[in-house]
Amino acid sequence: MTRARYLAPLMALGLVLAACTSASPSASPGTSSGPSASAGPSTGEDDLTGQSVTVIGTWGDAEEEAFLAMVKPWEDATGATVKYTGTRDINTILTTGVASGVLPDLAGLPGPGQMAEYAAAGALKSLDDVLDIATYESETASGLVSLGQADGSTFGVFIKASVKGLIWFNPGLYDYTDNAPATWDDLLTQGAANQGSAQALWCLGIESGAASGWPATDWIEQIVLHQAGPDVYNQWWAGDLAWDSPEIRGAFEVYMNDVVGKSFGGGTNAVATSFLTAGDPLFTSPQGCEFFHQASFITGLGDFPNRTAGTDYNAFPFPSINDAYANAVEGAGDLFGMFHDTPAAKSLMRYLVTADAQNIWVRIGGALSANKNASDYPDDISSTMGSMVANAEMLVFDASDQMPAAMNEAFWSTMVSLTNGSITIDKALSDLDAVAADAYGS
Amino acid sequence: MDDRLITAIVVVVGVPGVLVGYIWGTEQVLRLFGGRMQPRIRPWLWLLPALGFLGVFLVYPTIGTIIRSLQDKAGTEFVGLANYAWFFSNDNALSALKNNVLWVVFLTVFTVGIGLLISVLVDRVRYESVAKSVIFVPLAVSMVAAGVIWKFMYEYRPPGEPQIGTLNAALGAVGTGPVAFLQAQDFSMNTFALIAVMTWMWTGFAMVIISAALKSINPELLEAARMDGANEWQVFRGIIFPLLVPTLAVVSTTIVITALKAFDVVYTMTSGNLETDVIANLMIKQMFSFGDFGRASAIAVVLLLAIVPIMLFNIRQFRSQEAVR
Repeated sequence: MTRARYLAPLMALGLVLAACTSASPSASPGTSSGPSASAGPSTGEDDLTGQSVTVIGTWGDAEEEAFLAMVKPWEDATGATVKYTGTRDINTILTTGVASGVLPDLAGLPGPGQMAEYAAAGALKSLDDVLDIATYESETASGLVSLGQADGSTFGVFIKASVKGLIWFNPGLYDYTDNAPATWDDLLTQGAANQGSAQALWCLGIESGAASGWPATDWIEQIVLHQAGPDVYNQWWAGDLAWDSPEIRGAFEVYMNDVVGKSFGGGTNAVATSFLTAGDPLFTSPQGCEFFHQASFITGLGDFPNRTAGTDYNAFPFPSINDAYANAVEGAGDLFGMFHDTPAAKSLMRYLVTADAQNIWVRIGGALSANKNASDYPDDISSTMGSMVANAEMLVFDASDQMPAAMNEAFWSTMVSLTNGSITIDKALSDLDAVAADAYGS
Repeated sequence: MDDRLITAIVVVVGVPGVLVGYIWGTEQVLRLFGGRMQPRIRPWLWLLPALGFLGVFLVYPTIGTIIRSLQDKAGTEFVGLANYAWFFSNDNALSALKNNVLWVVFLTVFTVGIGLLISVLVDRVRYESVAKSVIFVPLAVSMVAAGVIWKFMYEYRPPGEPQIGTLNAALGAVGTGPVAFLQAQDFSMNTFALIAVMTWMWTGFAMVIISAALKSINPELLEAARMDGANEWQVFRGIIFPLLVPTLAVVSTTIVITALKAFDVVYTMTSGNLETDVIANLMIKQMFSFGDFGRASAIAVVLLLAIVPIMLFNIRQFRSQEAVR
């Protein structure tokens, strides 16, 4: 233990050095695949042969492989092993784990709200003495740093991030790459003018199994954020603003009139269509729709992987509705926390926040780095989105994910009913207010 | 050697070993008693492990659930009947309750009715076993897989687009527009679409049991009726049906319990959205999504209370049948 503590400053120095060396952008991003050779210095001081770190996350398949590729250099350098388990049910596992005390060393956390709960329960360990906070804060997008804090301490770090609220289009129909609509009204007028053979303005698909409705909640979140601003946005998910307030009602009206009303196949089709394939009509002939709203991770799903970024699809940021909030960005990401402060767990945590580590996943694709210095993006679109996260003046986290679980679920299923045309906006808002009265209390 | 291999060997050798050891042990204990007491004690000793398991895994959790249903979300305070009051005043819960009633009534009527019809009809044809096998096969499909299969069957695309769902493709072929089976709420159409899936699965079960009962009817009875000039409908109405009633009752109660427990199909196909929710899905949500064990327990108790009378009826029916034999 004493040895580990003695080494901590050295480790921090290693981090700084590693950060400095990787700060100089490599001449040809994307060409160097596989673990970077410079991963060694930041981790090499620890000899943890034979030790292991248990990690639980939500990643499976390609994402799991990417994470394992990311930790491989650390395993090689320290001799320790990472035992990773992927599950979609992380909320249940951690909630019961905090109650019973059976927890992994490191885990992906469902969101900042749960992170604060686990921290308050004493289950989650503070990272203030684990990471070199000054370096971490200087390297990491400021919005992400504050999302990982509770009671003034850092409890969570972002392994990777994604940007929500991107508008995808097919440049083959009309190329918005260099003249993206700046405002919502521009988007509607330009969209109508350039619609051409496309059958509708929007592609919309909100089916997602037990989580059906979330793509619609993302829509509402974007409209609230850009119409009413981050303060209203944060009051709203915290339960301090009624659903039936003018700000939220306004967002619901924009969604129903300008989105569902102008969507391919209408609301019922949106409810019947999986979010995974919702964007595919961008690539049909004639196109089903002109625009598709989804987070950056969509490039790995549906028909997108079979298409070429830049020529077959491209994206622009969500246009401004109220100019005061033009620079607001909704991000999401995989928040990571530590439940057991073993030397190996601490060492892995220090490694994961480095640019070297995060660049491994960035190069594989489908992830944006939380570390400003990790910028080996495979294409220009990812690179632009990466800088959106790094430079966002106002960064907020997914609102529905931060609501109490019962509120979140009611929001999802109400959006399904509303989009399907089964209920009116009035009914939706009064239902949600009724759920809020119950959900925020407990 | 691989740990798993060792575990496998321990289980394969150990479990029968323990069982044989238990029987041997009870005989050793029985030797302590007089010869006259032995026959009275032996059954209880043999039942003891089963009773122990029932106690630990059924009775204890049931009592625990009832107690928990009177507590708050965190399980720290008693809140009386507040969780039950919530259940019977919440819109979603009442809608789920209404849907369960639809499930109980229509799943039972459809499966038993169609099962009876098929078993009576195929009783007279040469290819009976083939026809019965085809209808029985869906029961072997897991409910989640059935849900996924039928999601494809019901798949909806907007009018004018190529319909990839089997049913909507068929509707298109006869010139009708597509129907959003799982999204349409008029007359609870989406709930009936889900009930149809379970009917597809469980008709085979009803058919097999009813068919077996049909075979056990004495052919001389039917022959005598026909000799006396009864037509086929009168034979069915006056002889076959009354003799099948006890069997129909047992099949119906089984299906009713299945309908009350309906979860998998709803979860995989609509996840309870658009007013298709059922009590079991509501319970899962309260427990695992919202962490409200108090309300989840209250729902479990309501479900238990609904099932108990049916179970009692089933047992009584079973006993009276045994008595006849």
